[in-house]
Amino acid sequence: MPNDAPEPAGTLTYRDAVREALSVALREDPRVFLMGEDVGRYGGSYAVSKGLLAAFGPERIRDTPLCESTFVGAGIGAALGGMRPIVEVMTVNFSLLALDQIVNNAATLSHMSGGQISVPLVIRLATGAGRQLGAQHSHSLEGWYAHIPGLRIAVPATLDDARFMLAAALALPDPVLLFEHLYLYNMEGTLTEGLERVDLEHAAVRRTGRDVTLISYGWGLHKCLSAAAELAKEGIEAEVLDLRTLRPLDDAAIMASVRHTRRALIVDEGWRSGSLAAEIATRIVEQAFYELDAPVARLCSTEVPIPYAKHLEDAALPSPPRIAAAVRALIAPAGGG
Amino acid sequence: MNAPAAALLTQTHGLELLREMMRIRAFEDRCYQLYGQMKIRGFLHLYNGEEAIAVGALRALRAEDAIVATYREHGHALARGIPMNRVMAELFGKQTGCSGGRGGSMHLFDVSRKFYGGNAIVAGGLPIAVGLALAQKLRGETALTACFFGDGAVAEGEFHESLNLAALWKLPVLFLCENNLYAMGTALDRAQAETDISARAAAYRIDAAAVDAMDVLAVEAAVARAAQAVRGGAPAFLEMRTYRFRAHSMFDPQLYRDRAEVEAWQKKGPIITLTTRLKAQGLMREEDYQRLERECNAEVDSAVQFAERSPWEPLSDLERYVYAERRT
Repeated sequence: MPNDAPEPAGTLTYRDAVREALSVALREDPRVFLMGEDVGRYGGSYAVSKGLLAAFGPERIRDTPLCESTFVGAGIGAALGGMRPIVEVMTVNFSLLALDQIVNNAATLSHMSGGQISVPLVIRLATGAGRQLGAQHSHSLEGWYAHIPGLRIAVPATLDDARFMLAAALALPDPVLLFEHLYLYNMEGTLTEGLERVDLEHAAVRRTGRDVTLISYGWGLHKCLSAAAELAKEGIEAEVLDLRTLRPLDDAAIMASVRHTRRALIVDEGWRSGSLAAEIATRIVEQAFYELDAPVARLCSTEVPIPYAKHLEDAALPSPPRIAAAVRALIAPAGGG
Repeated sequence: MNAPAAALLTQTHGLELLREMMRIRAFEDRCYQLYGQMKIRGFLHLYNGEEAIAVGALRALRAEDAIVATYREHGHALARGIPMNRVMAELFGKQTGCSGGRGGSMHLFDVSRKFYGGNAIVAGGLPIAVGLALAQKLRGETALTACFFGDGAVAEGEFHESLNLAALWKLPVLFLCENNLYAMGTALDRAQAETDISARAAAYRIDAAAVDAMDVLAVEAAVARAAQAVRGGAPAFLEMRTYRFRAHSMFDPQLYRDRAEVEAWQKKGPIITLTTRLKAQGLMREEDYQRLERECNAEVDSAVQFAERSPWEPLSDLERYVYAERRT
């Protein structure tokens, strides 16, 4: 629920930034509408769309019944029919009920029709673990979706991206899935002054360093930044790369950073087997193997359904201390010659 | 069954409907042969016996109306006006096909004719039809969306979700259920506790009726009436009672139904029914029928030649259109 406490001027939450992005999109393009479960009267399960119903009315802020497959499919159909729908699937966990529409339709129609059709649809989903919600509400399946050609996968991890990625997604003629980590909604900060747009192609270096590259996205980015701050006290300078988009992956940015630091640790809240981390590691090995000083390392979630009990959940997820430990392990052997 | 009264039958009207059904039948029969000759591959689902639905419905609809169909959609594509050459070329996998050879039999598209596929996941097209209709409503268009699907789809969750959403939001969707009594090899009464499909649609407060879909005139009249209601601002549902004369696909030995059942339905097929009626009313002679048959076969011959002569899409294009090349 939103924090109504007074804030310093210019300060906003990630939730506010997403809401502002939605407001602007709805104001600027009459084809845009938002639909999903409890986006209207309730104000959004994570209070992202609070106030939008009053501002834009029920035609453009559409509460849907609980029928993920059909309201996602309806988003696809509305996109084919000339609208610019934003579909909110409350969480990635429920998107499994809409997999047929996302994978069999949204992702295929352009190619399968010989380019006659495009599906300019944006799907917003909350993702991730860390709130003691149990196994069925704690999935991090964005890496799964990144497997699918035809989809674009983006993960806003900063306030700037929360504010501007939506517009970038709406400007594309393809289906875009925007994954908002549920842990980030309360994150506070300020927007970069003068920033007006962002792209959905490039990764971003969020901290520069010379000893190791930490590659992550979403909440993982912030865990990496805090690990990097810790490591700096020990004289280890970690570079932190925010992937921003998981499909396409920005190979050039990944390789540029890894060639510079010669070591890579991938931090991914997805499970290890068959993961996005596996894909990134492979690409680094394929493209920058001879420039590495150490094997590519990964820190992923433990391969269990994410448990409810806090100590177990914490143990299952990547954390700043574990990231720092993995970095030390990566650097020590090389350092020891 | 509350089939509406059949439309007034004039000679021109009757012959046009008959010709269109015969075109589809000739096309499907040739596809069957071409599959044996390995010119067509993949899954192939033929429409023999069900022609009255596509022909009657598409004639009653307007060119501006959007169409969503299933993997058994050759008839709908032809009745919508996609040139037979382009449909046949698609089945051959050629670049001149209506989906550039990328879709095949189950994925015919022609957006210029508002033909949105060709969906090969049972019930997968219903949510898309709901969305197209939502766009039509939000944009203030007069067009509707007609969504074809089979009796098998009625068991899927998306059927129920889509009917509910269309009724709740009063969307201009015309649901056209082609009930051919079998979901692949599973008879309706072996799969569904309530076999009266239109009654299930009515449970969502959608005007629903069943139609004798062996009578193309009944189909045309029912669709015309339902379409008018849909344009008035609410979805409608028609259960088209029909029968599939051929196997489900080319890999189906039809162990699940009796030959006698198939033959009984063939005797009351849509082409025979209309032919008999036209002859009885003195609107057609046997030689007229034979002329139509020759003309349809000639069109199919020409489509096969077109498909044969057409080029394959170059391999260099393989990765085109995974993402759209134009801004929309």
